[in-house]
Amino acid sequence: MAHLFQFPRFSLRFIPVWRRNFLVWKKLAIPSMLGNLADPMFYMIGLGFGLGSLLPDVDGMSYLTFLGAGTVAYSTMNSATFETLYSGFSRMHVQKTWEAILNTPLELDDVLVGEWLWAASKSVLSGFAILAVIWALGLQADWLLTLWIIPLAFVIGLCFSGMGLVMTSVSPNYDFFLYYFTLAITPMVLLCGVFYPVSQLPPLLQTISAWLPLSHAVELARPIIRGDIPANWAFHIFSLLAWGFAGFWLALGLTRRRLLK
Amino acid sequence: MSVVAAQGLRKTYGPHTVVDGLDLTLAAGTCHGLLGPNGAGKTTTLKMLLGLIAPEAGDIRVLDLPVPSLARQARLKVGVVPQMDNLDPDFTVAENLLAYGRYFGFKDSEIKQRIPALLEFAGLASRADTRIQTLSGGMKRRLTLARALINDPDVIFLDEPTTGLDPQARHVIWQGLRKLLSQGKTILLTTHFMDEAERLCDELTVIDHGRCIARGSPRELIATLIESDVLEIYGEGASDWAHGYAARLCDRHEQAGESLFCYTRNPAPALDALKAQSALRYLHRPANLEDVFLKLTGRDLRD
Repeated sequence: MAHLFQFPRFSLRFIPVWRRNFLVWKKLAIPSMLGNLADPMFYMIGLGFGLGSLLPDVDGMSYLTFLGAGTVAYSTMNSATFETLYSGFSRMHVQKTWEAILNTPLELDDVLVGEWLWAASKSVLSGFAILAVIWALGLQADWLLTLWIIPLAFVIGLCFSGMGLVMTSVSPNYDFFLYYFTLAITPMVLLCGVFYPVSQLPPLLQTISAWLPLSHAVELARPIIRGDIPANWAFHIFSLLAWGFAGFWLALGLTRRRLLK
Repeated sequence: MSVVAAQGLRKTYGPHTVVDGLDLTLAAGTCHGLLGPNGAGKTTTLKMLLGLIAPEAGDIRVLDLPVPSLARQARLKVGVVPQMDNLDPDFTVAENLLAYGRYFGFKDSEIKQRIPALLEFAGLASRADTRIQTLSGGMKRRLTLARALINDPDVIFLDEPTTGLDPQARHVIWQGLRKLLSQGKTILLTTHFMDEAERLCDELTVIDHGRCIARGSPRELIATLIESDVLEIYGEGASDWAHGYAARLCDRHEQAGESLFCYTRNPAPALDALKAQSALRYLHRPANLEDVFLKLTGRDLRD
């Protein structure tokens, strides 16, 4: 078992795997963008204006701004999650794309690094789309500072694609992913301060919330939109990367067990 | 020089020994067939030769490189046609070759230079921009074969390359493989189509339960392992005939349902006896590789 979980071998050989996914994405870009981007945008605009008109300022900003910052975190998470779960599973299990690649000089480590970075790249796209809406509505306080959202989206993407790959590596079928959404993604969306400040929750839920990775993403995105440098930013970034790397490593070991035995 | 040299390969999954002390040697420029019923260990053996599964015991060298330690380098010069089609369904024919060539580290310009000749080889020259979903099963297999040639491999592993194809499509694949052999490529083929093995292979290794149970050219195996003639007798009277005549007139016989298979080196007496009984339907033919295979591995289903 030991060698299944040996340290990932990182190399630039992942690039053709990333490019393969990019080539597919280019062909299906419009439906893919609609699916990934329209949904969070409708939430943000609908709830932001509709609910926002009933609310006073939240944490010193309009509800629309508050929600916009939360949506950056939430939509980048969703983007990486859907990509690694549904699309990743299709490539691994249904189309056997990974097995085709393993017959070439690439290794499983290269394939998974490619998938990991690809999903994170899609998160950048989602994050950027939400950022563009924020710009268009003039919600940001400091335009230059908001450019940090772009690298942040990549880091959030690494976090949630690493975790998503774990689900993919053990999944028998598409239905299995519902457990992950019900037990991990949905609680995070509702507990980590996307829609309202975490301080409104009872203390126990606040403690739980602080341990969930989406909280780190929200704690970084919201100050950036509001025009402040996030408090404890190094800790939050480290936490996101740690979740992502731990997930990636675990997923690599589990996928080695699944495909290479 | 042997292109593939494997000694004493062993692989177990829990209590099941899938490959059990297998030796395999491929001479350059030959077609080697790995025959065996389902679950005999053929695909596992191929995966071990590719370095995708580590054997528990045994030594492997592919193109003089030790596997699995230098499997990546070895795979640079190996082409693989897997059992299940795993072409990219979202891509066109040409894009499939492009994406696959990139995995070998080739530049796009190099790959694009190679694509026309590969499509020509696969009989898909006019289909470069066709989507995969619209190709027939035979076209997909040909494209998979062309894809396996993108790196101009020295040796090609084919795992049941013609399973599920119609006779026309199978013949086209065989022509392609013969062309590759004439170019000096080495081929390792797994199959359970005996006619395919008989037609293409210079050397055969028959395996069952992960062990080699026979080795030699198709002709040698037929000449040494089985009687020269086969009489197949069908219908209700077959089993009576088995007791009355086959036991006496033939070297060996086997009953499978209502069919009787009689093996003999001297068919004349049995044929005379059959002609006297006009009610029995029968077929007299020379023994073939399938008879050898069934003799070696039995008639029980392997599901």
